[in-house]
Amino acid sequence: MNLMHFYPMTKQPIITVNNLVKNYGDFAAVKGISFEVYEGEIFGLLGPNGAGKTTTLEIIETLRDKTSGSIVVDGFDIETDADSIKKRIGVQLQAAGYYPNLNLSELIVLFSGLYGIDKTPMEMLEKVALTDKAKAKYKDLSGGQKQRFSIATTLINNPRIIFLDEPTTGLDPQARRNLWDLIREIRDQGTTVVITTHYMDEAEVLCDRVAFVDGGHIIGIDTPDHFIDELVASGFERKKQVKLANLEDVFINLTGKEWREG
Amino acid sequence: MNKQYSNTKATLAIARASFRSILRSPSAVVFTLAFPLIFIIVFANIGGGGMSIDVGLAKGSDTSANNPVYIALKKNKIMHLITDQTADEMSKNLAKGNIDAILDLKPFAPPAAMTVHVQYSQASGDKGSVLKSALNNIFYRIQSEELKRIQSYTTVKVPNLIDLKEETISGRPYKYIDFILPGQLGFSLLSSGVFGTAFVFLSLRLTLVIKRFFATPVKRYSIVLGEAIARLAFSLLGSLFIILVGHYMFGFTLIHGVTTVLNMLVLSAIGLIIFMGFGFTVSGIAKNESSVPPLSNIITLPQFLLSGTFFSITAFPTWLQYISKVLPLTHLNDAMRKVAFEGAGLGDVTHQLLILLAWFVGIYAVAVKTFKWE
Repeated sequence: MNLMHFYPMTKQPIITVNNLVKNYGDFAAVKGISFEVYEGEIFGLLGPNGAGKTTTLEIIETLRDKTSGSIVVDGFDIETDADSIKKRIGVQLQAAGYYPNLNLSELIVLFSGLYGIDKTPMEMLEKVALTDKAKAKYKDLSGGQKQRFSIATTLINNPRIIFLDEPTTGLDPQARRNLWDLIREIRDQGTTVVITTHYMDEAEVLCDRVAFVDGGHIIGIDTPDHFIDELVASGFERKKQVKLANLEDVFINLTGKEWREG
Repeated sequence: MNKQYSNTKATLAIARASFRSILRSPSAVVFTLAFPLIFIIVFANIGGGGMSIDVGLAKGSDTSANNPVYIALKKNKIMHLITDQTADEMSKNLAKGNIDAILDLKPFAPPAAMTVHVQYSQASGDKGSVLKSALNNIFYRIQSEELKRIQSYTTVKVPNLIDLKEETISGRPYKYIDFILPGQLGFSLLSSGVFGTAFVFLSLRLTLVIKRFFATPVKRYSIVLGEAIARLAFSLLGSLFIILVGHYMFGFTLIHGVTTVLNMLVLSAIGLIIFMGFGFTVSGIAKNESSVPPLSNIITLPQFLLSGTFFSITAFPTWLQYISKVLPLTHLNDAMRKVAFEGAGLGDVTHQLLILLAWFVGIYAVAVKTFKWE
């Protein structure tokens, strides 16, 4: 483990979001969000479906226009320097497919061309332990392999930050843990990771800091430990005691809403 | 990171990926290569001889070498004489139109008139009248011969009312393959341009492949251009293959050889670019993959039938020809045939090219309005 990581010398913001608003017609999806992501951390955006996580993420990724507010990514303003930002970030989309009829090697070659960077397919596939699948088609991979491949495509341009939108949804426990290790490895090599997830156990073990988003607002931002300690200190107790509380309790407590779908 | 980002490199990366993908997609290969080739093989074989008239010779007909009518009919390539059927079979076939006429030729013994009994069939359309005029022609010649012979015995001048002068100018034989192959090329380009483009862009949009592309520094024009280059390369290779198969296996006429082939490829490229405009439009209008085929068919089927793919549009009634003359494929086919068979250069088909240009402007104006990125 990298001790540097546990004792960061300075907290240098690499993403600064200030008062971000996004309206779709009359519907306000994001209502004035502000937060910072520090360099070298794994930052989690947590919240129920429809809270505005993906919208926020896609605006930072330059895939969507904002209504108002300001965003600076690695020193570049999203409004004036979207192209510079695109070169510095890696993006994994929720449920995105890949070019049909191509194998993994050919897809890596394609993305290398899109980023204008010379990388050999093997070099990239090695990073995510998929060299034996070089000639396989994306659609023939298992769920975990698909996500690992997606992550490989985000790393081609040696990004400063990668964005992972629900990378572990639908994976079995082994595949999830495997992916956590990969994500930690990427962070330990100096890449900042921004991740969304619905699994609080995942956020608890993986994220250095998390922000809770609900109804288009950020309703809390801190380390998972701190959130849990806070909740416990407020007198919270689990009905069946194993540990005093877990992050899932913080989630439900903060958002305070029934199970929602969609 | 300090290296200059290359849009060309990105465009070519997309072109290469797309080309590979097209080669591995069965529908692209079937529509662009297999279908046109099958049509060419089928039509090159059935269409070869042009018109043929089946004439049954009744039992007891005089088929000796001194029957001039029989000899003349036998020499006529259009006439197919049938002698191996019974009278009963013949009349049944005549009623069904399988035989176009039954002839009963009595012996030729001048000066007695030779009796020729002809039965035509309403079931066989125009062929009866072709036979009729062929017979009249034969009779006229026999009559003339006879007159000439009589003339030699007498000084009484029998006036020649008609002085028939026939000549056939020498020309290139126009084979059916010369007609069918350019039409099939057009069909191949049309289906590849419309179906292929529509499917690819719709599926790239629906599966978020394009969205993922947008997270890279690639420009939008690179995506469109890359796809277009790939499709162009694939379709031109397909066209070249069809032309070569047609030329070497079916004797397709290429007047100026390589120059003609190059001119045809230029026309193919122009046609494909226009048809891709329809494809872009369809991909923008279609909500999902299952609405692509009906929308594409609305565009391709009328052109397939009305643009002179299988038979000349002059065979249509006039009102239908007006419609034909509006369709872009008609003019592409037209230009293609002029270039291939008449040896025209691209400068000689400017009329067709101008109409295609008008279509280009029109369809891309629509495509730009309807095309969706996400």
